[in-house]
Amino acid sequence: MSTANNTIEIDRSVGDFHFDIKSARDAGTGLTESTIDYIVDAKQEPDWIREFRKNAFQIFKDKPLPTHWASHELDAIDFDKIRYYLASGEAAKRSWEEVPDEIKQTFERLGIPESERKFLAGVEAQFDSEAVYSNIKKAVSDQGVIFVGSTEGLKQHPEIFRKWFGKVIPTGDNKFSALNSAVFSGGSFIYVPPGVKVKHPLQAYFRINAENFGQFERTLIIADEGAELMYMEGCTAPKFTTATLHSAVVELVAMPGAKIQYVTVQNWSPNVFNLVTKRGMAMEEAEIKWIDCNIGSRLTMKYPGVVLKGRKARGEVISIALAGDGQHQDTGAKMIHAADETTSNIVSKSISVGKGRATYRGLVHVPKHLKGCKNNTECDALLINAHSRTDTYPAITVRGTGNATQHEASVSQISAEQIFYMQQRGLSEGQAMSLAVNGFVNDLVRQFPMEYSVELKRLIDLEMEGSVG
Amino acid sequence: MLQGQKSGGTTLDEVSSASKIESNNGLPHWFVDAQAEASREFAAEPYPSRKDEHWRFSSVKNLDGATSLARPAADLGARPTFEPTLDRAFPEPAGRIIFVNDQLVSCELLDDSLNERGVVFLPLEQALKVRPDLLEAHFMAQPPRLGSKKFAALHKASVKAGTVLYLPPSLVVDAPFEVFHVVTGENLAVFPHTLIIADKESQVTFLDHFVSTDGQAKGFACGVNDLVLRPGSRLSYINVQDWSRQFVSVQVNSTVAEEQSSAVNLSMNFGGRYSRLESISRLAGAGARSDMLAVSIAGADQEFDQRTLQDHLQPNTTSDLLYKNALSDNARTVFSGLIKVERGAHRTDAYQKVRNLLLSDESEANSMPGLEILADDVRCTHGATSGQVEPEELFYLLSRGIPQLKAKGLIVNGFLNEVVDRLSSEDIKTYLRGQITDRLRG
Repeated sequence: MSTANNTIEIDRSVGDFHFDIKSARDAGTGLTESTIDYIVDAKQEPDWIREFRKNAFQIFKDKPLPTHWASHELDAIDFDKIRYYLASGEAAKRSWEEVPDEIKQTFERLGIPESERKFLAGVEAQFDSEAVYSNIKKAVSDQGVIFVGSTEGLKQHPEIFRKWFGKVIPTGDNKFSALNSAVFSGGSFIYVPPGVKVKHPLQAYFRINAENFGQFERTLIIADEGAELMYMEGCTAPKFTTATLHSAVVELVAMPGAKIQYVTVQNWSPNVFNLVTKRGMAMEEAEIKWIDCNIGSRLTMKYPGVVLKGRKARGEVISIALAGDGQHQDTGAKMIHAADETTSNIVSKSISVGKGRATYRGLVHVPKHLKGCKNNTECDALLINAHSRTDTYPAITVRGTGNATQHEASVSQISAEQIFYMQQRGLSEGQAMSLAVNGFVNDLVRQFPMEYSVELKRLIDLEMEGSVG
Repeated sequence: MLQGQKSGGTTLDEVSSASKIESNNGLPHWFVDAQAEASREFAAEPYPSRKDEHWRFSSVKNLDGATSLARPAADLGARPTFEPTLDRAFPEPAGRIIFVNDQLVSCELLDDSLNERGVVFLPLEQALKVRPDLLEAHFMAQPPRLGSKKFAALHKASVKAGTVLYLPPSLVVDAPFEVFHVVTGENLAVFPHTLIIADKESQVTFLDHFVSTDGQAKGFACGVNDLVLRPGSRLSYINVQDWSRQFVSVQVNSTVAEEQSSAVNLSMNFGGRYSRLESISRLAGAGARSDMLAVSIAGADQEFDQRTLQDHLQPNTTSDLLYKNALSDNARTVFSGLIKVERGAHRTDAYQKVRNLLLSDESEANSMPGLEILADDVRCTHGATSGQVEPEELFYLLSRGIPQLKAKGLIVNGFLNEVVDRLSSEDIKTYLRGQITDRLRG
């Protein structure tokens, strides 16, 4: 990997450094002050970050697990057995033969190119995508866009980075945002200058490949006045990993008139706890839209939020969750209205298959003295089997006379008539079922970029296979 | 007994340290033991904290203050000479019981034939002696599952004034049974209890009134009402809460509906400073139905804190919840409702709707409509809306010469009456519409 050093412009020092000292020192398992020192030294970060991380570590230790409202499955996380910092060289410790057959079959069915499969299965530490990444990077940097890793961002652009870092999601927001703040590595830093509309969707996929899948990604995106940007993370292919805890923090800042769309497709392997904090701050007339799809992981807890800080700001969350056997997709949305005439929209659809459990948790807050605020929330759940489960727990606070909110949720199953109708026309029961499920989420899937929506459809077909009978 | 030792009486926090009931007054042993056990439980359970999901958004501090200030009204000893004016009574009830400060004032069955046909309509203490079998089977048999364990225990330990109504199989009584719980005096605590058992295929309506004589007297009410519907029965329970504006109250309701029975439970909430209502419907038999309704008119600094559970245990069951709040001044409402469909309760049809009408800039409505579905062949929906009087509706009335204030009143009235319209009896509907109009005028 060190041979790539000269040809591309990304920060390889992290990997290189770690490569060298791999045998000498290791962060090991468990989390102590010295783990944090180790990460800071390894990444050669400035002292304010060391302080920031140590402060966060203290908060992490003090905060209890949120099991008074969240799933008791969280108790299964053994914080002492987790590796908090994995450098590039060490992640790949598995051979292709060890990759489970189902994963290989999924690659086959999704049509993932041969060369990418090994990377996705975690067999190779990186997939040769530097060329793609540097092309994109070159195209956008001509417009003045900064698109780098979080470490590089905090070192090279401290004047922008420090101003917003940890401001949308304070360290103490929750136990896992504190954990991320203590041990973060990886993730993106993006700054779009005023008025610039980025044509290419920026994909973390390419950039992260060039580094390493982060367990504790930290992403900060700032769209300056009137700027527009679409960012995509994740991919439909299952990401196979031995690391059982993933806890990212993503902060978005949309300055007046800016627009940010953040697209996520999450498909971690079913042993992963995916506990993510995502929040955006929308200034006057700005717009933030989270498009979120959760398919993988054992337990996902993720409630993307928007703080509507400026007049006429707009926030939106579009969410699809698919909970299969043994999975719990605990997703939702948060809308904090903090200025007049702000509007928000939440549309969530979930499908529970087998023994899967899908949960929607929402929070909509409209405080006093605001005028003309509107929220619309819709959540629909589809239950496929007798043991499937779905829950909805919204919380809506409205004060004053100038605002309106409405919330609706429904739970249903695919009707026997629908299935019968399709079977009559020659479809097998399984095909009919996946057609019906695809129809259920179709209006949301269409909001995803085209290549994602095609893959999503295939993935739903795949997940629905064998779910009937 | 502590009550004799101090001239000022005992506060509720002290109650727990003493056994409440003298065992020599003819009460069954199981009841005496249950009360002693409940005393211990009350002492052991912590006061609610806002961190508990069941108390999220609640102004829990109201409860600490209320229980330490108030003393049991029943401890005043002497039977009150006071005869309450019942200007809001139902015109022609089937029977009526009146309690003042948790002491029985009168109990009358207006239709004598009901007695012969096996109806039991008695104060709790008498029922414990006459029909201990009914009480042992049903007295507080349902666990409080929505957060008020401590207060249910307090109620159990302290209850004196209660009503037991038993309807024998196949008996249909058209006129409602009516009970008044009246409080007069300052810093008193009352523990109204209602137990209704509607046996197979019977039909009955019941009206509970909670009234303070002084609109500003402080006090605390901790009530429980249990409704038991045997197969095929129909029971409508209506509760009109009109405590003083300084009252703190906790009311725990539980309804168990067996096969093919149909329950209607309506709460009319007018009074109180902080009023907590917990209502559970257990659809325990196939084909059972439960309608859960509430009308709340919240003004001044009032807070209505409502928690509900629609628990579907058996297939083909239906529940339909409609709670409406009209909020003005600094009023606050909390609604947290859960539809729970247990494994195997297929073909459940559950609906839940809360609607908040905000009439002032300072009012605040919190809604937490929830679903937990463990069966697949179901139809469950919930909705929550918060909004204000639509300018178009107002304009329509103004343009017909109706003054602004009156027009708003009409709109609020119409908004709330939609709940009352869910009932089937025309007499009761007319009566309740009058109650709403009265309160909106006041």
